[in-house]
Amino acid sequence: MIKLESITKTYPMGDRELTVLHGITFQVQRGEMVAIMGPSGSGKSTTLNVLGCLDRPTTGSYFLDGRDVSRLNRHELADVRAKKIGFIFQSYNLLPRMNALENVKLGLKYAGIHDSALAKEALARVGLAERAHHKPTELSGGEQQRVAIARALSKRPPVILADEPTGNLDSRASEEIMKMLVELHREQGNTLVMITHEPDMAAYCERIIHLKDGLVLREERL
Amino acid sequence: MRRVLDPLLSAWTSVIAHKLRSFLTMLGIVIGVASVIALLAIGQGAQNQIISSIESLGANLVQISPGFSFGPGGVRGGGATQTLTLEDATAIEEQVEHVVNVAPVLQSSSQLIAGSENTSASVIGTTSAYRITYNLEVATGAFFSDYDYDRAAKVVVLGATVAEELYGEGVNPVGETIKLGNSIVRVIGVLAEKGAAMVSPDDNVYVPLTFVQQTSAQQRTAQGDLVVSSIALSLEDAGYSTEVTEDITQLLRTRHRLLADADDDFRIMSTEEIAAQVSTAMNTMVIFLGAIAAISLLVGGIGVMNIMLVSVLERTREIGIRKALGAQERTIWTQFLIEAALLTFTGGLIGMALGWGIALGVGYFVEEITPMVTPDIVVLAVGVSVGIGLFFGFYPAWQASRLNPIDALRSE
Repeated sequence: MIKLESITKTYPMGDRELTVLHGITFQVQRGEMVAIMGPSGSGKSTTLNVLGCLDRPTTGSYFLDGRDVSRLNRHELADVRAKKIGFIFQSYNLLPRMNALENVKLGLKYAGIHDSALAKEALARVGLAERAHHKPTELSGGEQQRVAIARALSKRPPVILADEPTGNLDSRASEEIMKMLVELHREQGNTLVMITHEPDMAAYCERIIHLKDGLVLREERL
Repeated sequence: MRRVLDPLLSAWTSVIAHKLRSFLTMLGIVIGVASVIALLAIGQGAQNQIISSIESLGANLVQISPGFSFGPGGVRGGGATQTLTLEDATAIEEQVEHVVNVAPVLQSSSQLIAGSENTSASVIGTTSAYRITYNLEVATGAFFSDYDYDRAAKVVVLGATVAEELYGEGVNPVGETIKLGNSIVRVIGVLAEKGAAMVSPDDNVYVPLTFVQQTSAQQRTAQGDLVVSSIALSLEDAGYSTEVTEDITQLLRTRHRLLADADDDFRIMSTEEIAAQVSTAMNTMVIFLGAIAAISLLVGGIGVMNIMLVSVLERTREIGIRKALGAQERTIWTQFLIEAALLTFTGGLIGMALGWGIALGVGYFVEEITPMVTPDIVVLAVGVSVGIGLFFGFYPAWQASRLNPIDALRSE
């Protein structure tokens, strides 16, 4: 499903250049659930940005669903994000002026799906049918993340990318969210890549890719 | 439908979310549009009023008056020269096409006495054609006829003001006799009040030209022609104005034996021409004032741009989220552009209502002016305000659409 081949990423820093990724190579099979771990500065966020088509690699190629997306233009990248990728962020990233249902519908809208029923169904699936008309500020952290999960999964994208999805939650809510992610992952058969620095959370996955200094240190099958 | 409605709705939500800010931003546009509308409406109203007062003299009217003559003594004023004659009038009537009701005018001033009342008035010695040419209406009695003219009848038609001064209001003077200069004449009619701007026919009395010829010493030209003060005529249609003016000029130059390089010794003015001149002057004025008002629209537009830039900055994270969800740049761009246009459009509508109100208020207090808000002014104002939104929203919207999603997501 995902195939990274010697991906490098270099940022200009004044008159020098900062290389964050030095040649990342790994694959993720269709339907697999993988965690990416590593200390800060190891390049895991940059890797996820490349995976999420938010950023293009400086060199190397990235095959998503059999298509090389590393050289697409901004317009095409937006299209890939809309149709193939569901994001789940550490800080939920819901739009504050919209209620839960509207947030879910927004994700569907950009994917070209105009179906209110689908959005309601997704909210019900994460157990928030009753809170559909609440604004994010009226919801707890765990609930907000569940809305974000509903938003990411309602369009049934083949790939789910989660950036420390439990980073802002207490251990009970974290466990709840992880169980929900695993459950939905199995239900929908999507490919899930998650960044985390908590071994407990990584333990839910089938495989862990360890990064260090912009390189893959090792892979660990659980 | 959804493609139009969705961004509109979303723009409306964000305009509503910052009520005070949106209102203040709109205010610049409101004031600009209101002042443009009010100025144009009042200007248009004033212009209509002036034109209609000119045209009440007779829309097809052409007046020929003695013009400047350049002699050894320099320029002499128009009134002092005597170049037009009764024969000129006859020649025009017979030889120029599209001309009807030619009325030669011999104007003098005289004392009028009726019983114990007396007043002085302009005495217009003319033909029966004068009434039609100047579009005069008779309130009581009748205007003198061709028969009266032919036999130099001692009859007079009074202007409304003169009749009132001599007989008071509500008295019918028809049939009474009055002393005009040294003659006794009979009143045969009173004109309806006209009250036109410029020269009012209400202050004149009208007698057959032939009667004036008999009672006072006449000035004649070297050729023995009878001098008249002016010649008035009407056109079959106002559209012949230019053509007739040229023909008359040609005719009179020949009759007056002017050399090819000499200036005309007469002036021809048509109502059409006067109205056009006044119109042009008024238009220039209105456009000038409108341009000043438009500056406030420009300032309002800059205010919109400023707020939109702040709004983009404030919503960087929102833009990042939308982009991560797969929003196209075009979608983001449209959203902000519509938001700016919605702001100025709403401001434009409010401004239009306000401007209209101001114009109506002015019309209420200034009787002579009926403000005119024409559909083209409305379309212009609304179009311009939306245009301002699009123009000044363009850059902020472009900036929003080009935000890097990673930076945008990281911002807080």
